[in-house]
Amino acid sequence: MNQLAIMGAIEQGLLFGILALGVYLTFRILNVPDLTVDGSFALGGAIAAKFIIDGTNPFLATLLAFIVGGLAGAFTGVLHTKGKINALLAGILTMIALYSINLRVMGKANLPLLREDTLFTYVKDMGIPNLAVGGVTLLSGVAIVFIVGVMVLKLIIDWFLHTDMGLDLRATGDNSKMIRSFGVNTDSTTIIGLALSNGLVALAGAWVAQYQGFADVGMGIGMIVIGLASVIVGEVLFGSSSIFRVTLAVILGSIVYRLVIAIALDQGLNPSDMKLITALIVIFALTVPTVAKGIWKKQAVRTARGGSSDA
Amino acid sequence: MLNITNVNKVFNAGTVNEKIALRNVNLHVKKGEFITVIGSNGAGKSTMMNMISGGLTPDEGSIKIDGKDVTRLAEHQRAGLIGRVFQDPMAGTAPNMTIEENLAIALGRGKRRTLGFGVNNQKRELFREQLKQLDQGLENRLKTKVGFLSGGQRQALSLLMATFTEPKILLLDEHTAALDPKRAQLIVELTEKIVERYKLTTIMVTHNMEQALNMGNRLLMLHDGGIILDIPDEKKRTMKPQDLLRAFETARGGESFSEDRFLLT
Repeated sequence: MNQLAIMGAIEQGLLFGILALGVYLTFRILNVPDLTVDGSFALGGAIAAKFIIDGTNPFLATLLAFIVGGLAGAFTGVLHTKGKINALLAGILTMIALYSINLRVMGKANLPLLREDTLFTYVKDMGIPNLAVGGVTLLSGVAIVFIVGVMVLKLIIDWFLHTDMGLDLRATGDNSKMIRSFGVNTDSTTIIGLALSNGLVALAGAWVAQYQGFADVGMGIGMIVIGLASVIVGEVLFGSSSIFRVTLAVILGSIVYRLVIAIALDQGLNPSDMKLITALIVIFALTVPTVAKGIWKKQAVRTARGGSSDA
Repeated sequence: MLNITNVNKVFNAGTVNEKIALRNVNLHVKKGEFITVIGSNGAGKSTMMNMISGGLTPDEGSIKIDGKDVTRLAEHQRAGLIGRVFQDPMAGTAPNMTIEENLAIALGRGKRRTLGFGVNNQKRELFREQLKQLDQGLENRLKTKVGFLSGGQRQALSLLMATFTEPKILLLDEHTAALDPKRAQLIVELTEKIVERYKLTTIMVTHNMEQALNMGNRLLMLHDGGIILDIPDEKKRTMKPQDLLRAFETARGGESFSEDRFLLT
C-alpha cells in the first residue's frame, strides 16, 4: 500500500474522530442510540460550505455549523423527552427532516469549495513539514495540525464530563432513577447531551466538507455506523477504563477504521463497497466479544466440572 | 415537617383493573420522628413513598414538606428536600462512575449545576471523612467504580449519599430487604447511627416486624390504602411481633393477617 493512502487515511481518521467523539457522547454516555447523526453531519457540511461561499470567515462558518448542529440535536432531544417519542424514531425523524433542510441551505445537491479560503487551505498554507523518520513519512504536516485540533477538542470534552454538569450527564445514562432522586431534570441533561453530540458531529461535517473541497447532500449517509464502528473498535483495541482513555480510544478507533478501509480499497474493492465493509466491521466488533465470552464461560464451566465436585 | 392531608390515589380509574391505592390518607410527621411502616403487599406503602418523593401525584389532597406545598412539584424539583434509599442496591448509585463522582452528585442535591470541577481536593477530604463512618474501607477507594462494590457496600454508600446533605425527609424503601442477614444488620446499624447523628426525620418501609418494632419511634400499619394502626413510641417499645398481629386483627375486626413473609420473619 502506498504511503499517500496511509497518510490520507490518518488525516481522515482524525477528522472523523470528532464524529466518533459525538457518537460516543450519545451512544455510551447518554446510552441513547441517536440517528440524527446522518442528518447533522451533512448539515454541518452544508452550513459551513454555504457561509464560506457567501464570504464568511471559515472559522466563523465552522463555529456556526457547530451551533446549528447543536440545535438539530436539541430538537431530537425535545422530541424524545417532551414528545415521548422513542429515541430511535426521534432521531430518524430529525434526520429525514434535515435532508430537506440541507438542500434548502445549499440550494442544490452539491456545493464545491474550489478556490475558496477554508480552514484546510489555512492549514496547508501553514506549511508544516511532514514528519519523516529514516525516509519514511509517518505523518503529513496537515495531520499534525489535525492532531492538535482534535486533541484540544478531546480535552475540552474530558473536562466537561468531569464538571458538575458533566457528572449529571453521565449519571443520566448510567442510572436515571438515581440522578432524578438527586434533583436533576433528566430531560434537560438528555437534551444538552444530544445537542453537544450533534454539535460535534456537525463540526466534523464542516471540517470534512472543507477538507474534501465540497459539501454534498448525501455526505451524511452511513455516518452513524462509521461513528459506531470507531467507538466500538476503539474501545475494544484501546480500552475504556476512564473517560480520558476512552475519548482517546474512539479517536484512535476512527483512525484504525480508516486504515482498514484504505487496505480494503488497496485490495481492489470498490469505494461503493465501503458501506458494506463498514457494516461488517461493526457486526464483527459487536458480536465477537459476546461470542468470545460465551466460549470462555463454557470453558469455565467445563473446567469447574472437571476440576472439583463442590461447584 | 411532613403533612399529608386527605390524599387519595386511584390507579386505572374506570376500568376493570381499577385499584384504590390510597384512600383518604392523613399523616402528620414531626421533626425528628423516625417512623417505621409495615403492611402487606398492595397496602399502599410504595404508593405513599412515591407520593412523598414525587414519583406519583395524588388525585386529591395535598403534601407539604417543611411548610412548603410540594403536591404538584416534579420529583427532581423537590429532591432538594428528600433523601431516598431504594430496595435494590443497584438503584441508588451510578455503577460506571467512581465513588467520589457518585458522592459529588449527592453533594449537589437540589443545587444549581455549574461548570466547576465535580470533584476537587476539598470535596475529596469531605468524602473521605464521611466514608470513614461506614467502616467499609471505602475512604481509600475514592476512584473505584461503584459497579465493583458488593451489594452491601453499594447500599451503605447509597445510605450515605442520601443522608450526608441532611435532607428534610429521609425515605427508606425496604432498603435492607435485598441483602443477606449479616449485611442487612450492618445497614440497620448504620441507619440508626446516621439518623441519630443528623436527627433526620425518617420514614422507613419494612417487611420485617422485628425491625419495625426495634427501630424508630413511631409505627404505622397500612392496609388496603389506609393507615389502620398508628402506634406511638411508648406503646411500641412494649410490643412484640405477636402483639402487632393481634392489633391488626382487632383493627380489621377479626380478619387475620395473611402474609407468609410476615410470619416467617
